[in-house]
Amino acid sequence: MAGASDPGFDTLALHAGAAPDPATGARAVPIHLSTSFVFESSEHAASLFNLERSGHVYSRISNPTNSVLEERIAALESSVGAIATASGQAALHLAIVTLAGSGCHIVASSALYGGSHNLLHYTLRRFGIETTFVKTRDLDAWRAAIRPNTRLLFGETLGNPGLDVMDVPAVSAIAHEAGLPLLVDSTFTTPWLMKPVELGADLVFHSATKFLSGHGTVVGGVLVDGGRFDWEASGRFPELTEPYEGFHGMVFSEESSDGAFLLRARREGLRDFGACMSPHTAWLILQGVETLPLRMARHLDNTRRVVQFLVSHPLVGSVGYPELESHPDHALAARLLPRGCGSVFSFDIKGSRRQGQAFIEALKLFSHLANVGDCRSLVIHPASTTHFRMDDAALAQAGIGPGTIRLSIGLEDPDDLIEDLKRALRAAEKSA
Amino acid sequence: MKLSVHGRQAYAYTGGKPFDPSLPCVVFLHGALHDHSVWTLLARWCAHHGYGVLAPDLPGHMRSEGPALESVEAMADWALALLDAAQVKQAALVGHSMGSLIALEAASRAPARVSRLVMVGTAYPMKVSPALLELSRNDPLAAIDLVTTLSYSTLAPKPGYPGPGAWVRGGGKALCRLVLARQGNALLYHQDFAACDAYRGALDAAARVTAPATLILGRRDQMTPPQAAAEIGTALKARIETVDAGHVLMAEAPDPTLAALRKALA
Repeated sequence: MAGASDPGFDTLALHAGAAPDPATGARAVPIHLSTSFVFESSEHAASLFNLERSGHVYSRISNPTNSVLEERIAALESSVGAIATASGQAALHLAIVTLAGSGCHIVASSALYGGSHNLLHYTLRRFGIETTFVKTRDLDAWRAAIRPNTRLLFGETLGNPGLDVMDVPAVSAIAHEAGLPLLVDSTFTTPWLMKPVELGADLVFHSATKFLSGHGTVVGGVLVDGGRFDWEASGRFPELTEPYEGFHGMVFSEESSDGAFLLRARREGLRDFGACMSPHTAWLILQGVETLPLRMARHLDNTRRVVQFLVSHPLVGSVGYPELESHPDHALAARLLPRGCGSVFSFDIKGSRRQGQAFIEALKLFSHLANVGDCRSLVIHPASTTHFRMDDAALAQAGIGPGTIRLSIGLEDPDDLIEDLKRALRAAEKSA
Repeated sequence: MKLSVHGRQAYAYTGGKPFDPSLPCVVFLHGALHDHSVWTLLARWCAHHGYGVLAPDLPGHMRSEGPALESVEAMADWALALLDAAQVKQAALVGHSMGSLIALEAASRAPARVSRLVMVGTAYPMKVSPALLELSRNDPLAAIDLVTTLSYSTLAPKPGYPGPGAWVRGGGKALCRLVLARQGNALLYHQDFAACDAYRGALDAAARVTAPATLILGRRDQMTPPQAAAEIGTALKARIETVDAGHVLMAEAPDPTLAALRKALA
């Protein structure tokens, strides 16, 4: 049946969650730098606190600027809502502590951002939450690792460092068979490349510091709920389906059949852990989101040019990019990421650590720093920075060679990027 | 709160407080492929302002045992039986969309038991196009997408439902998908739409209603446009309250809808 349809991605990126400001007529989203919001009356105050009415009370819990960002990301992710957090790490932490406590267990992909691995492997263990790590591609291992106390399956859409593509439909099916939700970190893909909820994931988070913001200016995160997981039918989540003494005996799944997770995450997690986002940060991320479709298309075009240059260079041993047939997830990427595989990837220089360092030091346009997803091109040499304590054998175990270089391709003229890389590769060659 | 209605288990949300049958009662009746949670804010407000609240999931929807009932008349009988089960002698009936027809029919079947009739996002006749009936039978997920698109009028509803940060269109779709999946009845949307489409008794029912009636309508409602409620409004001699919203006004404009409801219940 032909008929009306929802606005497209580019329209939602500009308009979802924001209308002209009713008080001033301002067309752009105002920055509401206010800690708190005036009540109309005592009765109004009481009804806001008791969730009889919707509205803002205190900016740790919600804020008008933040809510525009939250609604916009939720719209782009085909979801029911979102919570803006102080960082991507805060978003991951909020997701986990809303669903799990001491004695609970998580199954996670081993191909994770180092910060996520630290949280799961070291810090949460101290609080009684254990994690079993499995190879992203090993579906049997995902299934076998699930225990009676498992509360969550977790992985990245494009995993570190080799861009392992997560088979979201298959892993979510394994999760759902066990009555569990799948959480994915979609930072590298953004909703422009993949909408994990439409592929079966239940919860999504982003380090908004990266592509969503896009300009390397602010640190922030967003936690998104697809709203399709039936917490009551699962029977494994009393946090959402039984009275919560910390909020007047509220049963979150009764308050909102599709939004129970976000209700608890906001009313407990933001309230008690307090890792909220500044409205100024939310505003800057919104500026990024408004041009996300344009930027991602350019990121992809530039990345393909750079990848093509590198694969044909004699000093380059391998390029780990899923659009290349040589990547083990090439076919899966073609199915799940038809628009492309992002603009962060690694390649190996045939040579020593010293040559890797020489390469980095010769670059002029690429900035040597620990970030990705900036409009400027970035580079890092893991063997001499993030993983410098490891010997070559340990690096190999982590999938990192002495000459492995990670690039985040920005929005510069691609010819200039390639020229910069050529010069640096010559320098690496000479330093042998 | 769990009750036994017609020998089957029924669930009713009570607004965050234990139900007290001695208080003036408000019953909230949801629409097609929805559940009680479309009423959460209004129900909580009522429960904390002197009313006893029952917001049931209709039979076959989410937490209430099936099978789903296939006519508005059967659902109206069930709503009256719910009052019996909760030991309520008289109640205000508030219904949205299909639920508004159930409230009307129930008010006509037991006029003395209904203190107020409030029809939200309503129309009569509530015709459903043959194309949508077919789509809801053959591809209910596509029907959910289409109806959701038509049910909301803005990309920026404020202040958000059930709270800030909620994308209400996404919430509308997700709720329908959950209700469809919970009891495994792939035809539930079609059955609800067919019940709306087949209902022919509204004008006769209106003649029997004795309770003061209010229609709360969405100015930009494409599913049940305000003009489509004119005839039933006249028949009921109803007060008309218009809210700047689409079909799901409780989610798109919760505060104006609450203000209109407060007038209707006063």
